[in-house]
Amino acid sequence: MVVVELLLEITDLAVEVNEKEILSDIDLYIGEGETHVLLGPNGSGKSTLFMSILGFPKYKITRGEIIFKGEDITNLSTTERVRMGVGVSFQNPPAIRGVRLNDLLKIEHHETDEELSPEMMKMVTKLKFDEKFLERDVNLGFSGGEVKRSEILQLLAQEPDFIMFDEPDSGVDIENVELLAEEINILLDKDKKPGLREKSGLLITHLGYILNFVNAEIAHVLMDGQIACSGSPNEILEHVRKEGFKGCVECCNPIH
Amino acid sequence: MLQSDTLKEKAEKAKKKKASLGEDIELEKYDQEEEGEHEQLESLEELPEKYKKDILQVGVDPSGEGRAGSFMQLDQSQICSTCQSESIEMMGIQQAMEKYQWLSDYMWKAVNVDTDKYTAEAALGEPGGYFIRSMPGTKEVFPIQACMFIGDQNIRQTAHNIVIAEENSELHIITGCSTGSDVQSALHIGVSEFYIKKGAKITFTMVHNWAEQVEVRPRTGILLEDNATYINNYILTSPVRTIQSYPTAYCKGENSRVLFQSIMGGQKDSIMDTGTRAILTGKNSSAEMITRAVSKDESQIYTRGHLAGQSQEVKGHLECMGLVLSDDSMIYSVPELEGSATNLELSHEAAVGKIAEEEVLYLMSRGLTEDEAASMIVRGFLSMDITGLPPELAAETKKMLDLSLQGM
Repeated sequence: MVVVELLLEITDLAVEVNEKEILSDIDLYIGEGETHVLLGPNGSGKSTLFMSILGFPKYKITRGEIIFKGEDITNLSTTERVRMGVGVSFQNPPAIRGVRLNDLLKIEHHETDEELSPEMMKMVTKLKFDEKFLERDVNLGFSGGEVKRSEILQLLAQEPDFIMFDEPDSGVDIENVELLAEEINILLDKDKKPGLREKSGLLITHLGYILNFVNAEIAHVLMDGQIACSGSPNEILEHVRKEGFKGCVECCNPIH
Repeated sequence: MLQSDTLKEKAEKAKKKKASLGEDIELEKYDQEEEGEHEQLESLEELPEKYKKDILQVGVDPSGEGRAGSFMQLDQSQICSTCQSESIEMMGIQQAMEKYQWLSDYMWKAVNVDTDKYTAEAALGEPGGYFIRSMPGTKEVFPIQACMFIGDQNIRQTAHNIVIAEENSELHIITGCSTGSDVQSALHIGVSEFYIKKGAKITFTMVHNWAEQVEVRPRTGILLEDNATYINNYILTSPVRTIQSYPTAYCKGENSRVLFQSIMGGQKDSIMDTGTRAILTGKNSSAEMITRAVSKDESQIYTRGHLAGQSQEVKGHLECMGLVLSDDSMIYSVPELEGSATNLELSHEAAVGKIAEEEVLYLMSRGLTEDEAASMIVRGFLSMDITGLPPELAAETKKMLDLSLQGM
């Protein structure tokens, strides 16, 4: 039997935002090379869990711990976590005036030359961007698809070991979803045999559409700030598609 | 350097006249140096190495490469004036006065000699400054570079500059003002008068990099005739003791147009009081003023703007965005709109605030530290796209701006 090394271990996590508890009793274990999916209705706490793993200051961890690569990162800053290998693609990242996508890519890919390396430019072209686009202020006036592709491009530059994707398929047309999925698969080592995969991921998806293109090992349903169930993505999705998330409420409150 | 007794009389009367804005400066505290104290150079390449670095920092290239000509005033001495372009005439103001009788018709017409003690000092004190003139119908693509440099401690530097763009000509000027590294305190008074004839255009890009205890009092007036354009870009991101300026553009000509773009970075205990004013009297004349300001440490930045629409069909817009980065610093934005005719359009937009936390977090989630993220955002905020320049000059200006922002 293959023993999977755990990359991310979240135990008994409770999170408050503005003194209101949003998440509680969260246990989540993601092994090396695994991709998990986080499902759940709007407001169930999916994004909160993301931001908590990322260590954004507004999200106060009141209980439990987050272990990454065997190290307790519960009290580390976002920068420290990212430098340890956590990466994220945001759903609605902010536009920053005067900060060009090009500038960010250089930092993310640790490049110091005026021009981007050929290796980086290859990825730029693959994501259907050109040099002119790289001169643009990051996210400023980007279309929905451009935002997603730019987020993925930045992750390709960063090469994180654990990547969270917040709704990577929302607001993107079919053609672009396939392109994004292809790159997500590369980011998550899906092109390698299961036993050889080292990168792990956590996908937030509302509709699960991206799962037609990206395989995940385990799905979790988040309801009212708790994980209601975990299991095979296909089974759970089928269930959710038939009954909506209301069926999950029963799992969440077994007393009723 | 005055031709008429009336002007002299007026200047004498204004010798003690305090400026309406800014801290009053005792002129006598600073030493007057005679013109001709420093020797003439054939080109800026003969400058001592230490000065070369300083002037390069403010966009003045000692090699003169890509420039139509170079002018430099060191303290009170004109040490270099070379011009390769046949479209442009450049020389020291004194020479120009000797050469052209008619130049007196331009002296003190865009700036009043009795504005305050600083204009009076420029009029009555040692001569200094440049004369630049673009010939009718010419378009020199390369910019002229002019440098006002203070090399001696505690000097009182004065300059009276006259720039004339003859009809349908185009003239680009880069000006860098700086001080030697061993200078701590000094006073710079610079009067600049611009005359832009029918259909002509001047772009004027100025970078300041003074020492921390330098007082700066520029006095600038711009006169625009029909279809004339003036574009002013100003960059000041290094510490200074005080600066107070309020260049005024008189859009007298029909369809005349002025654009002021200013980038202000306040550091240490600098007091920067800079404004821009446009008096729109020409039919269909227009003005646009854009300022980005960031205050750090104990700096105080006053950014003023005044649009006066005095005839029909004029347009003006004023924009000031400020970031206050420390509790001990301040940005005081004063936009003024004055409409005194029907059928005109004047507007302003001002916002003073903080760095958006969301933006900092976004950059942190790409691996930057909080400080790195904040400074990247600040630099981005200040590195606005300077518009209205020909492509080569735009690239050059971008470089100058990037250089200025490194210290922010």
